[in-house]
Amino acid sequence: MSFLEYNVASTPAGWRKILHLNWALVLLLVAVAGLGFLMLFSVAGGSMTPWVQPQMQRFGLGLVLMFVVAMVPIWFWRNLSALAYAVSVILLLVVEFFGIVGMGAQRWIDLGFMRLQPSEMTKITLVMVLAAYYDWLDLDKTSRPIFVILPLVLIAVPVLLTLRQPDLGTALLLLMGGGAVMFLAGVHWAYFVGVIAAGVGAVAAVLTSRGTPWQLLQDYQYRRIDTFLDPSSDPLGAGYHITQSQIALGSGGWTGRGFMEGTQSRLNFLPEKHTDFIFTTLAEEFGFVGAVSLLALYILILAFCIYTAMAARDRFASLLVLGIAAAFFLYFAVNMAMVMGLAPVVGVPLPLVSYGGSAMLVLMVAFGLVQSAHVHRPR
Amino acid sequence: MKRSPKDLEESNRVIGRRALVMGGLFLGTSAVLAARMRYLQVERADDFRLLAEENRINIRLLPPERGLIFDRNGVLLAGNEQNYRITLVREDTDDVDAVLAELARIVNLDIARLERARAEIMRRPPFVPVTVADRLSWAELSSVAVNAPALPGVNPEVGLSRVYPLGADFSHVVGYVGPVSDYYIEQTGDTDPVLQIPDFQVGRYNVEARMESELRGRAGTKRVEVNAAGREMRELDRDAAVAGSDVQLTIDAGLQNYVEARLTGESAGAVVMDCADGEILALASAPTFDPNHFVRGISQTQWTALNEDPYRPLANKATQGLYPPGSTYKMIVALAALEAGVFSPEDEINCIGHTELGDRRFHCWQRQGHGRVDLIEAISQSCDVYFYDLAQRVGIEAISAMALRLGCGLRHDLPLSGIAQGLAPTMQWKRRNRGEDWVVGDTLNASIGQGFVLASPLQLAVMTARLATGRIIEPRVVRSVDGVPRSTGTPADLGIPAEHLDLIHRAMWRVNNDRRGTAFGSRVMNEAYLVAGKTGTSQVRNITTAEREAGVIANEDLPWERRDHALYVGYAPFEAPRYAVSVVVEHGGGGAAVAAPIARDILLRAQIGDVPPLELYPVSQRRDIEEMHRRLPILAEPPMPSGRASGPRQAGSDRT
Repeated sequence: MSFLEYNVASTPAGWRKILHLNWALVLLLVAVAGLGFLMLFSVAGGSMTPWVQPQMQRFGLGLVLMFVVAMVPIWFWRNLSALAYAVSVILLLVVEFFGIVGMGAQRWIDLGFMRLQPSEMTKITLVMVLAAYYDWLDLDKTSRPIFVILPLVLIAVPVLLTLRQPDLGTALLLLMGGGAVMFLAGVHWAYFVGVIAAGVGAVAAVLTSRGTPWQLLQDYQYRRIDTFLDPSSDPLGAGYHITQSQIALGSGGWTGRGFMEGTQSRLNFLPEKHTDFIFTTLAEEFGFVGAVSLLALYILILAFCIYTAMAARDRFASLLVLGIAAAFFLYFAVNMAMVMGLAPVVGVPLPLVSYGGSAMLVLMVAFGLVQSAHVHRPR
Repeated sequence: MKRSPKDLEESNRVIGRRALVMGGLFLGTSAVLAARMRYLQVERADDFRLLAEENRINIRLLPPERGLIFDRNGVLLAGNEQNYRITLVREDTDDVDAVLAELARIVNLDIARLERARAEIMRRPPFVPVTVADRLSWAELSSVAVNAPALPGVNPEVGLSRVYPLGADFSHVVGYVGPVSDYYIEQTGDTDPVLQIPDFQVGRYNVEARMESELRGRAGTKRVEVNAAGREMRELDRDAAVAGSDVQLTIDAGLQNYVEARLTGESAGAVVMDCADGEILALASAPTFDPNHFVRGISQTQWTALNEDPYRPLANKATQGLYPPGSTYKMIVALAALEAGVFSPEDEINCIGHTELGDRRFHCWQRQGHGRVDLIEAISQSCDVYFYDLAQRVGIEAISAMALRLGCGLRHDLPLSGIAQGLAPTMQWKRRNRGEDWVVGDTLNASIGQGFVLASPLQLAVMTARLATGRIIEPRVVRSVDGVPRSTGTPADLGIPAEHLDLIHRAMWRVNNDRRGTAFGSRVMNEAYLVAGKTGTSQVRNITTAEREAGVIANEDLPWERRDHALYVGYAPFEAPRYAVSVVVEHGGGGAAVAAPIARDILLRAQIGDVPPLELYPVSQRRDIEEMHRRLPILAEPPMPSGRASGPRQAGSDRT
């Protein structure tokens, strides 16, 4: 079913669209972001600067963007998918040649008023282009090898570019996000079994290439893997982050040490406490109750996305929303697993909570797309 | 592009099915995450809470301020001064070499010091602060603080460090402190946590070492909250350090300075005691050394120089040096004989310059002989033959018993390092230690303080004080601790009849004041300050028969280390003895010529309380004495009592 077949009369138009937004989802997003502001306030030692204020401004901007995107019919976005994808790949190439090196990696383009991280943008544009691709593709051709290779190429290009920055976390997220859309579109099970087998092989290759001239990852990435496997091997060195992170989490207990009372974060034992490790501060100060609450909020957001996807009854909209949900899920699951010692430390922020402009704006645009699918669903 | 409704249905079914699978994955993964949260935050919460507290809370030791040491009048002998130093923490800097180079540019460090610091930095764990430079001026410390941004890992610190304001004069009494070495901990078995404080100093020698437990004090602790970099964020609570006790010595700083000065140029030891209570007023050994060098870390060159000096500046000759007491031992022999009643003091003996024992000939120092002498003359003229005769009658056991009663041949308990025991030999001692029987010749040698007899200047001073007062005077060097006197009762009587002592006193008076006395040259020209004493000259070599026939070689013609030791013991004023003195000049030559004048000057200085006026000296000596006093390194201004007299101090007062 394509947009031509929509019963246009039954779709809200003009300002009435606002009433048809999924306001529960908006409230959930505000709640999660609000929790983020609280934590940023706490890790700054009870100050609006340097993190809360810019974060609030970005969230405000993000909300506006979400509404704007939501107002535009979903089919318009489908037609824009290929272009968006192309732009983000070009930006990745620009980063490759003109980007600013930060934190040992080339990730940003300085736009003056903010630093743009094209790899963040790519997370959404990749989902968009894949959803559009499967919308175009006949269902019965989905599993044909020739039509499986094309989306694989679409995924591989940004994955390889982000790997070169190097940004292992984003590359993995892109890979898994893209894979999720292919899975949802109905690509045959056998491919995934193959990919998983290949993945195991790749891991083996990565590990064995260490120390050889054709080493696949950077040294610091290898060290992170070592540390993940045994954090206590180097408690003052590379294992420090994960050890301290677990101490912070664990010392929170049931109800936490109280707002702004977390000693691990306040005394700088936590690394990157305002970005990737912000969840540990939340868990330390609000305890198990706080941590599970955030997890519940995230699951509710996912639930709304899945509901929207099912209600869309449009191949592009469904795949897009589910793809966004998968990407969103990967964000917080990888981040939480990482700080709890279940996954290696890869630079993945906690969505809507971690300090960071690009991720916040991209996520809000993504939820704008979800809202658009919701508003323009068939009735 | 238009799709058939059938296709759409099919598509929705596929997506729905796959979405269901994915949703299941979401929930499953979330359940794992929640379980992990539960494990960390509920089941292991207590473990992690403990770890977080360990992270956060650091217990830091607060060094106690070391107790001060004063002289009897409150003159500061050992104090603490602020020591500005610079430490470096390796892990806080990327490039240790660059930081050290920059530091050297600012505070002017020498290469050797820099290299030592570098080695230390690399050897210790990266988070341990290592002292790079100390004893900096305030200006240097400030310039380091100003340049802090260019010197990551560098911290200016203030500590206390020992200082000896009177320097070399007191190294043989007060001693010195030094760093805590592994060897020290091993030797003492000391487990006081305070020793872990970087740059903590402990007493290594003399009073500083022997009174360590009083002087050290008790370390305080403070619990501080630190951040991940180890920086102190706030203090949680503190248990203040307890400063060490102040120790007041019996030494008179002015007199000590005079005695050390008077011994300048010699290798000598001297002790001045208060006859009434045994308080040691001066205890000097020459040459001496500056204890401050040891506090700061002595250089190899300085150490070698001190060690290889033939005059042995590091040895304390007053307490550790043992010498044959020579004729100063004769009073002991006389008293032993008087007590045994084997002779009458009026009995005269004819000295012909030697006495025969079997086929051995024992000589008197006066080769022509003294003629007929009684006890008083034998002592004042130091006739050896008289004492050979006396000793044969009384025997070695009685002599050595008397020596022990008078304080020779036993170790006096003073808080000084390595006090020597000396030796008052007995027959049993010789059998046990030499495997030979005692022979009469040994007794003859002992009677003139030669042979096996050994005594230290400290023992000779104690002997003199006991002779002068007839009481068991015990030497003391500590007057009070934290203002609480180290009390001693009235000294008990020696049990020697007054008439025996009176004979000795008269004989000793004649040593200095009779025209024929051996120390007549060291007389005093004022009745109020009269000195009585006894000279001694002890051989350190055997004079062979051949040499005797060829004529004994004069001391001046011998190499220094083979010359005779010069000794003198004495007390003053004669009528009411207050000060007892002993002087030993190693290889000084004759006791009368070398040791007696020194002792006379010391006794006059003790009585007058200042450099003695010239009219106390015989007219013929005045020019030389004046010249000598000008030359000696005597302090122009007597050392002044410091602001804080050593009154009782509240225990536990925090002086930081």
